[in-house]
Amino acid sequence: MSASPQKAKAGAEKLDVVVSAVVPLNDLVTRFEFKRSDGQDFPPFSAGAHTVVEMQDEGRTRLNPYSLMSDPADTSTYAISVRRDDEGRGGSLFMHRNVSEGDQMVITYPVNLFPLDLRAGKHIFFAGGIGITPFMAMIEQLERSNGHWELHYSARSPELASYADNLQSKHPANVHVYYDSEGEAIDLENLLDGQPLGTHAYVCGPAGMINWVHDTATAHGWPEDNVHSEEFLAPQPGKPFQVRLCKSDITIDVGENESLLEAIERCGVDAPFLCRGGACGQCETDVVESDGEFIHRDHWLEDEDHASGKKIMPCVSRFVGKSLVLDR
Amino acid sequence: MSKFQFPQSITSRPVYGTLEPRPGKAHLMIADAEGAEALLELADRDADLMAKSHIIYIPKDTGETYVDKLRAAGPAQLYVGPSFEAATQRIRHVLGEAHMGLQVYLSGTEGLMGQAMNEATAAGIPHTAIQTEHRGSVGRRMQCVHCKGITEDVMTDPFVCSHCGLNLFVRDHYSRRLAAFQGVCIDAEDPGNVPEPVELYK
Repeated sequence: MSASPQKAKAGAEKLDVVVSAVVPLNDLVTRFEFKRSDGQDFPPFSAGAHTVVEMQDEGRTRLNPYSLMSDPADTSTYAISVRRDDEGRGGSLFMHRNVSEGDQMVITYPVNLFPLDLRAGKHIFFAGGIGITPFMAMIEQLERSNGHWELHYSARSPELASYADNLQSKHPANVHVYYDSEGEAIDLENLLDGQPLGTHAYVCGPAGMINWVHDTATAHGWPEDNVHSEEFLAPQPGKPFQVRLCKSDITIDVGENESLLEAIERCGVDAPFLCRGGACGQCETDVVESDGEFIHRDHWLEDEDHASGKKIMPCVSRFVGKSLVLDR
Repeated sequence: MSKFQFPQSITSRPVYGTLEPRPGKAHLMIADAEGAEALLELADRDADLMAKSHIIYIPKDTGETYVDKLRAAGPAQLYVGPSFEAATQRIRHVLGEAHMGLQVYLSGTEGLMGQAMNEATAAGIPHTAIQTEHRGSVGRRMQCVHCKGITEDVMTDPFVCSHCGLNLFVRDHYSRRLAAFQGVCIDAEDPGNVPEPVELYK
């Protein structure tokens, strides 16, 4: 008898880690640092990468992506910063309430959906709130390679501007912080105007800010390829619905507070994923049959795919209607 | 009519479009020969564009046919030069001084567009953001894959390499880096057995 073929598991490879530090930064944001449980070094990562953190929350497995914000050259430690979202689905609350130093956790290998374009002559970063995290790693990486960069960081107030003091004292000439509480705002039009040819812009923050930067850059004649953004969507709750998975030959129920992907996984079907936030495209699934309406929320599919009713991204999108059959 | 619709080919072969005005504070237009017609059409479509445009024009064998018309379109700057090589220093200078938001428009022969595209991408503009429109001759800039010499304005297939004298088959295989198509020896296995040259796309 031959050995059964190795089945590739969904998601990136996993790493067993121990929480080496929990550092509250302000009312909303806490930094979590990890070391490998086996004492080895972490794999190196490129700035902008994220890891998916597995949380065992009373029988429920939560998988949330967080940008790695530590120095990519320091392979002894990975660090993430988590903003507590009291209105969210509970992943960030779990991190804040239940995770403490010494805990064993599982995280995935880094995956980078928001890399630096190293052909750029200059990098200009726009961060909104907790969107500062990927830029922390990017700044470390560029400082090492003598890259040309500047940061424009918008935060609600000095108290909530995580890492602003640290960044400003280390890089006083490159870092510009704007506080809503002081009535300050990023002067985007002037900043985009007059940048040298070959400049790349990066934005991480709320959806409104991302769209604002993309739209303003386009209006100023910036090529689309020179503007990069990352926004992880959290799956939104919705009406429960039923789905038939035809390859697995089962019918499953998707609950109000779980995503379609989570329901598929809960029923024991190994579905592909990476970011779980509508950005990476890994979980793209073909629709075999449907009678109802899709609620598409991803950043991955083209508008015509959304309109066609032939594809769905189960990590963030839902369905309302009579019946849905997926090729999974 | 200076327009020619190239038949579908392999993915490496460049595909050209139709120039359209784009928003931006500064516009760089590089054209040769009949490529001037595409710029004049652009000027017709958006009268304000030319006042913010720098035109670099190489008439080749069209002589003075288009020069006065281009001048009359009212560009901020018009340079008329004898060859792409002669214009290269100016193109590099303009790109070196340029800012994000510069729009680049290329039109004319494939050789001109390919070489100008290289200058613009080297300056940091992604090739996807550079507009091109083919006009005029379908002559190709060919690289001999054997001696690496470049032969400009090749009109027949096969042709004789202007550097090493081999008989070369004209391929659609294109190099963006060299801005040239690849020419491969057609009679390597049976020297002297060379098909009658045929004009490209005839």
